[in-house]
Amino acid sequence: MLADILKNRVLLVYTLLLGALAWASFLLEDNSSKGMLTLLNIIILTVPLVSVLFSTIYVYNFNEFLELLLSQPLKRSTVWLGLYAGVSLSLMLSFFIGAGIPLLIFQLNTAGFMMLALGILVSLVFVSLAFLATMFTRDKSKGVGIAVMLWLFYALLFDGLILFILFQLSDYPIEGALMMISFLNPIDLARIMILLHLDVSAMLGYTGALFFDFFGSSTGILLTFIALCIWCWIPFQISLRKFKKENL
Amino acid sequence: MIRFEQVNKHFGKLHALRNVSLNCEAGQCIALVGPNGCGKTTLFKSILGLVVPDSGDISFDGSTLIRSHLYRSRIGYMPQIGRYPSNLSIGQLIYLIRQLREEETQADLELLEEYHLESMFEKPMRSLSGGTIQKVSATIAFMFNPSVLILDEPTAGLDPLASEILKEKIKKELAKGKLIIISSHLLNELDELATQVIYMQEGEIKYHRDITELKEITGETMLSKAVVRMLKQASYV
Repeated sequence: MLADILKNRVLLVYTLLLGALAWASFLLEDNSSKGMLTLLNIIILTVPLVSVLFSTIYVYNFNEFLELLLSQPLKRSTVWLGLYAGVSLSLMLSFFIGAGIPLLIFQLNTAGFMMLALGILVSLVFVSLAFLATMFTRDKSKGVGIAVMLWLFYALLFDGLILFILFQLSDYPIEGALMMISFLNPIDLARIMILLHLDVSAMLGYTGALFFDFFGSSTGILLTFIALCIWCWIPFQISLRKFKKENL
Repeated sequence: MIRFEQVNKHFGKLHALRNVSLNCEAGQCIALVGPNGCGKTTLFKSILGLVVPDSGDISFDGSTLIRSHLYRSRIGYMPQIGRYPSNLSIGQLIYLIRQLREEETQADLELLEEYHLESMFEKPMRSLSGGTIQKVSATIAFMFNPSVLILDEPTAGLDPLASEILKEKIKKELAKGKLIIISSHLLNELDELATQVIYMQEGEIKYHRDITELKEITGETMLSKAVVRMLKQASYV
């Protein structure tokens, strides 16, 4: 199963793309902190998109093989878990080779490790969401549509909504609530976490200071990681429950 | 050996299986016939647990097979359309499935040899023709010496030589006292294999009889004619 995924051209392109972007952003910027910022913006958009799309398409293409596997003496949960492990391991590997190696070369510090860990966690979250999306419809194009919508929502729309709320309620002290809301978006969590470990966080102003207080503390970091793990766990569990009842 | 009791299955508005009750025993070769979309594949899939019935029970050797999985080690299934991961080669696919069924040590590779698949072991699945994929499916179905064989349109897409090899293999397995269930539209082919006929229409089993009995009732010697005659005498059934 893994051999099949690893031979996939899409993943190779993904690895090369990430690699090229990472090397470029470190080599073209004069200091590596700026390079990190560039890389952050790229990763925060491409990693979720590729993870969610690749997994959705892969699961749909796997459908007929699923039939063969399930006519063998295998439990449904074993098959689903195996599929998840296969997809997410290969995406993690791509991320590690593409973005992880340059990160470890140029940014061998907390921020670098943080980005590596968060990149992997965000991949896992979006694989889970993709698995959930595939369980909502048998139709591949609809499923891919749902996956893209999920990405669009978390990568772009969510921030727009937050900005809207921020402007509407700017007279009230909503920073605390805002922090809680960011737990609803795995991409935001990762972004805030990495930003706060870069030097630029000093320029974030009052709200930034507040965020720093919370997300910079060890409880904040711990909570973020737990939240991201929950983000992986719950969509996957729901998809597993649906998969057990699925007719093939 | 396999027993259906009042099984019902709906797909949305479609009533795919209607009160299906059925009893299949070892040593029988059952021909499942009926028009397209009458529920043959759904029936097969519910034996394999790929489709979970809405109501009723299916049992395998006396114990229910719903939500269990170990019984499947005794079933060989050849799907109507086998689609496999396109990047795997035949060799890798067979190796993978042998690994999944680790309990069997000696695999039955007779079909593999007869179809000369070893020479194509390196070929990826995506480059194979429909007929070759059918050969691979057949090989996988027979590989673990299962006591029940479920063949969904096994000869569709096979060349005459290959389907002859498959028929010989089916006869050989039948002689070992296995239960074989075949669905096919080629009634002439089933004539020499089947001992029983099940006729399905719109999810319902219209009749389930011994072939000899069926031929006697209808006075026909060919299975294809007997099946049709039986339908015309529907009121009589």
